[in-house]
Amino acid sequence: MTLKLRTLSKHISDSVRNIVRNSWMSFAAVSAVSITLLLVGGMLALLFNVNKFATDIEQDVSVRVYIDLTTDQEQRDELQAEIQKLETVESVDFSSRDEELENVISGYGDSFDLIDEDENPLYDVFVVSTKEPKDTKETAKQIDEMPYVARVSYGDAKADRVFKVTKGIRNVGGVIIGALIFTAIFLISNTIRITIYSRGTEIEIMKLVGATNWYIRWPFIIEGALIGLFGAIVPVLIVWIGYYGAYNNITPFLSGSIYSLLSPNPFLWELTALMVGMGVMIGSLGSALSIRRFLNV
Amino acid sequence: MIKMKDVVKVYDNGITAVNGISVHIEQGEFVYVVGPSGAGKSTFIKMMYREEIPSSGKIEVTGYDVPQLKHNEIPYLRRQVGVVFQDFKLLPNLTVYENIAYAMEVLEKSPKQIQNRVMEVLSLVGLKHKARMKPAELSGGEQQRVSIARAIANMPRVLIADEPTGNLDPETSWEIMELLEQINAQGTTIIMATHNKSIVNEMRHRVIVIENGRISRDDKEGGYDFEA
Ligand SMILES: Nc1ncnc2c1ncn2[C@@H]1O[C@H](COP(=O)(O)OP(=O)(O)OP(=O)(O)O)[C@@H](O)[C@H]1O
Ligand SMILES: [Mg+2]
Repeated sequence: MTLKLRTLSKHISDSVRNIVRNSWMSFAAVSAVSITLLLVGGMLALLFNVNKFATDIEQDVSVRVYIDLTTDQEQRDELQAEIQKLETVESVDFSSRDEELENVISGYGDSFDLIDEDENPLYDVFVVSTKEPKDTKETAKQIDEMPYVARVSYGDAKADRVFKVTKGIRNVGGVIIGALIFTAIFLISNTIRITIYSRGTEIEIMKLVGATNWYIRWPFIIEGALIGLFGAIVPVLIVWIGYYGAYNNITPFLSGSIYSLLSPNPFLWELTALMVGMGVMIGSLGSALSIRRFLNV
Repeated sequence: MIKMKDVVKVYDNGITAVNGISVHIEQGEFVYVVGPSGAGKSTFIKMMYREEIPSSGKIEVTGYDVPQLKHNEIPYLRRQVGVVFQDFKLLPNLTVYENIAYAMEVLEKSPKQIQNRVMEVLSLVGLKHKARMKPAELSGGEQQRVSIARAIANMPRVLIADEPTGNLDPETSWEIMELLEQINAQGTTIIMATHNKSIVNEMRHRVIVIENGRISRDDKEGGYDFEA
């Protein structure tokens, strides 16, 4: 598999010549890669941002500790002290059931007005913030085992929902992307097959005089990789333009909130690397497939 | 150099082309392979450079256990065995020079090595003055000389020729034979399948007669009289 520089440049010029010689098939294959990568790129940009959104939500959560109704003042202070002792805990704020009701009413409107203060169905609550967002879950679990605690909740219900959306997009996207990649690989392997046919005598002679299989394969692999590379150019451009457009339009709405889109600077470069890498991979895989069938006799 | 033992070749369609051949060929020999059409001559020859794999039996060529070779070892056998065909198999878009150089380029020889060796074989086959021409501009005999030049460019120890004069007129055939004699004189083993009676009878060498997939005669300096 070792390649001399002279051989490499010969292989590259061979593969470029093949692409030009079968320009229509090459064009079809490049287009297939382009469409695939455009959808993949768009999908990935969306997916990564939904993911980011979910993590933002997670970062925002605090643990709500619902205190047993039978708990008296002294026991409550005891509980507060115990929670405060946990290493992961930053602060513990008390919110009485009356305050809680106020919150609900202001949040959801008048329909809760009907509830009489004496019939208040809510609990007294400790709102616990952790020092690190990642500790939320573990802290909640520890508090749940303490006495006088009715139950514990933390805001990951919301995050869970967002993650579920992410997963949905990922699944649907995965199927579409898979189908597209399959089509692209198929088109590329067809293109390469035509090249292989048109170079039948050359291949026969190469094999006859003892060229190694890798020597014979390289130009075709390079041809596939180049088709993949060319196919990446247009979608990468579109994704850059599109993402900047979306970023500039959406960001003003998010200012002041804890949410933000992924910043174009590292993200678009990473996405570009991913798309180019995929293009080249699809291309070489497509050609490797057709060579396998034709050369490994 | 070349050893076969109890070699049988049954094609996928059920035809038994070679039916138990055992033979020894020494380095530097010149061997004709003759016999009626369909007797199995080409099959016999193809198994030597792993174009066909025997159904059973042993084949050894220049030290390689041919039927057992792995895919990635076949190229190294092929470098020891040059092959020439009736239909030349030249690349039409390349010049004479480039056609020969091509065989060396694909083995990643250096440009200097290639240049020296191509000029050497071109002068051996007497086509130095036509180096820049395309195959289509050459006569059949000249094209066959180019294909021989290409086959020996990488200095194989064996040169296999399946009816190399099959498409050529008698006079040109003789020229090709002179060339093969010359190559043989330099120590290359030559194995040549042919239907050309007068050549076999006049340029005396070992003759292996194959009939119905078997060797029916193997004479050190035999003639072409198998039909008798
Ligand atoms: N690839 C193949 N698949 C199936 N059968 C084959 C194949 N090649 C040859 N045969 C059969 O094997 C037998 C021997 O063929 P082969 O080509 O070896 O004969 P030959 O002696 O070279 O004949 P000729 O003098 O006409 O070239 C024939 O019956 C032929 O039909
Ligand atoms: Mg034959």
